[in-house]
Amino acid sequence: MSKIVHSILLMLGKDAKRPPRDQFSPKALEIFTAKKTKEAVQERIRLIKDEKIWFKPGTKWLKRRWASVIVVNLLFVLSFWADIQLIEGALTGSRVIGFHMADLNSALQVMLAYKHIVVNLLIGTATVLFGWWLLGGRTFCAWACPYHLLAEIAEMVHLKLAAKGLVKDHAFDRRMRTVLYFVFAILAFVTGYTVFEYISPVGILSRAFTYGASFALVIVGLLLLIEIFYSRRFWCRYVCPIGLTYGFAGALSPVQIKYDSTKCLHEGECRDVCMVPHVLEPTKLGFADQEFHYMGADCTRCGMCLDACPTGALKFHIRGSDALL
Amino acid sequence: MTPDQSATQSGTPSPAPQDPKHASPPQKAATKAAPVKKRKISERQREARRRFLRSLGFGSVILAAALSGVYPVLKRLKERLRPPGAIDEDAFLAACIKCGQCVQVCPVEAIKLADLDEGFGIGVPYIDARAQACDFSCDATQCILACPTGALDHAITKKEEVTMGFAKLVEPEHCLAMLGQGFKGTARGPDFDGLLRYEEIDRWTPIKVAHHSYDLDLCDLCVRECPIEGAISLEPVSSDPADKRREPVIHKSCVGCGTCEMMCPVEPVAIVIEPEVSMEAAA
Repeated sequence: MSKIVHSILLMLGKDAKRPPRDQFSPKALEIFTAKKTKEAVQERIRLIKDEKIWFKPGTKWLKRRWASVIVVNLLFVLSFWADIQLIEGALTGSRVIGFHMADLNSALQVMLAYKHIVVNLLIGTATVLFGWWLLGGRTFCAWACPYHLLAEIAEMVHLKLAAKGLVKDHAFDRRMRTVLYFVFAILAFVTGYTVFEYISPVGILSRAFTYGASFALVIVGLLLLIEIFYSRRFWCRYVCPIGLTYGFAGALSPVQIKYDSTKCLHEGECRDVCMVPHVLEPTKLGFADQEFHYMGADCTRCGMCLDACPTGALKFHIRGSDALL
Repeated sequence: MTPDQSATQSGTPSPAPQDPKHASPPQKAATKAAPVKKRKISERQREARRRFLRSLGFGSVILAAALSGVYPVLKRLKERLRPPGAIDEDAFLAACIKCGQCVQVCPVEAIKLADLDEGFGIGVPYIDARAQACDFSCDATQCILACPTGALDHAITKKEEVTMGFAKLVEPEHCLAMLGQGFKGTARGPDFDGLLRYEEIDRWTPIKVAHHSYDLDLCDLCVRECPIEGAISLEPVSSDPADKRREPVIHKSCVGCGTCEMMCPVEPVAIVIEPEVSMEAAA
């Protein structure tokens, strides 16, 4: 339980701290002490040097994910334009082969602003809540959100420019997202308007795909410019309330990224590619107080860390599957 | 693992505990801690402060940008005709989830989604009746059935129950009926894209208004094509039986679908829909 609370607090902006030694499980302490010996340190340095020769980061999960984002959004578009009627609507609200679906955050904004209980909306919200809980909350971000894909491309540009020293990443206080989340929720309730939807790049993009381009795309363009030239993954990391809503939804999800501290060489390749590196804190040497760690609520299950990890210390994992097998 | 551990334990049993306790800590403290630590903390603090201010600045800009959407709404910059079944404007903006499912089911594609310039109305459906009116080709309320949030009120099941607005003769001096004139040709010219269901031609498929010609002694397009029975009629303007002039009179049953506005052949259009005007207010 405390693990879940901790992972939610981490998502809300708390900084991860090195756990005190007395919190370590005996096994974790054993692994840690073994890693600190002179021989082990030298061995690790040798292995890391070796890796530079043979290891190339993969793109397996990136490809799968991009395919998923493109297919999901294409289905929306084709359902209207080619009349295949599989997913009608936009990401904010849709009907999948006749079943109501509602984006959790859009539904929340509407409920707060409208203050009525709408049965169809509740059904749609419950369906989606169950689905994304099962798949892991912010999985929505990495596997369905069209803005996430554009932001990943912007991030690649940003990193190229940063490597040349042309741009610099400006970090933000992660608590900004939490504050904005509650401010937007309060605003929806107090004003009776879905204030956030006005600037939501996800809604804007999804509608633009299906119903044609709009001036609102300027907002998406501006955000991408900020992400290329000023702050890496600005929107998804520090602002997006949609991500936070899905984070809450998936906090207890069975699908998780599992970290095996015995395999880890602590190079930090995973944290370098991660959009939410605070969830990967246990991968720092001395931060893993258990033998295995499961990435928390803020993790988007994007698999970038799996592709980046040379030792296979990070793996997709379904909670309870060990007991079953 | 075990050989490593045993080696360290057995190889250096006595100096190991002594070293960290006595020799190294004071040395470390003397050489490193004092100057380096102080500067490090202040630098980190400075960065944290910068980060905080940056977040405050950008956060405020984001909030301001989102809140600026209130301006077009409060100012009512655009009085939009909403689709059938739309609840009161303010509640409608709140309840609409901006998904456009109503757009997808409309057989004449009358419904459009608003853009950024309509503030909180972004992504909310409207009908530009002059360009394409709702002619109830769907036999009413497909859009209402498609709406997932009840922003289009599911209580409405018949076209006669709809209250989108109310027609009004705004330019009587241009109205052909008021002038006693007939009308010949297509209602809106050959380039007009709008669709209308002509029941006498095809009960199920709306056709282009541009593909249907009229030859009328007295223009009565607004009455002739009105999909609601008894919503509008032409009444004499004088007691003289020889006087051909007639006035389009709108009755209580008008639902504000906008078909008359679309079909009116004159420019500027003589008859328009006033959105959200109730029957009582208009009467």
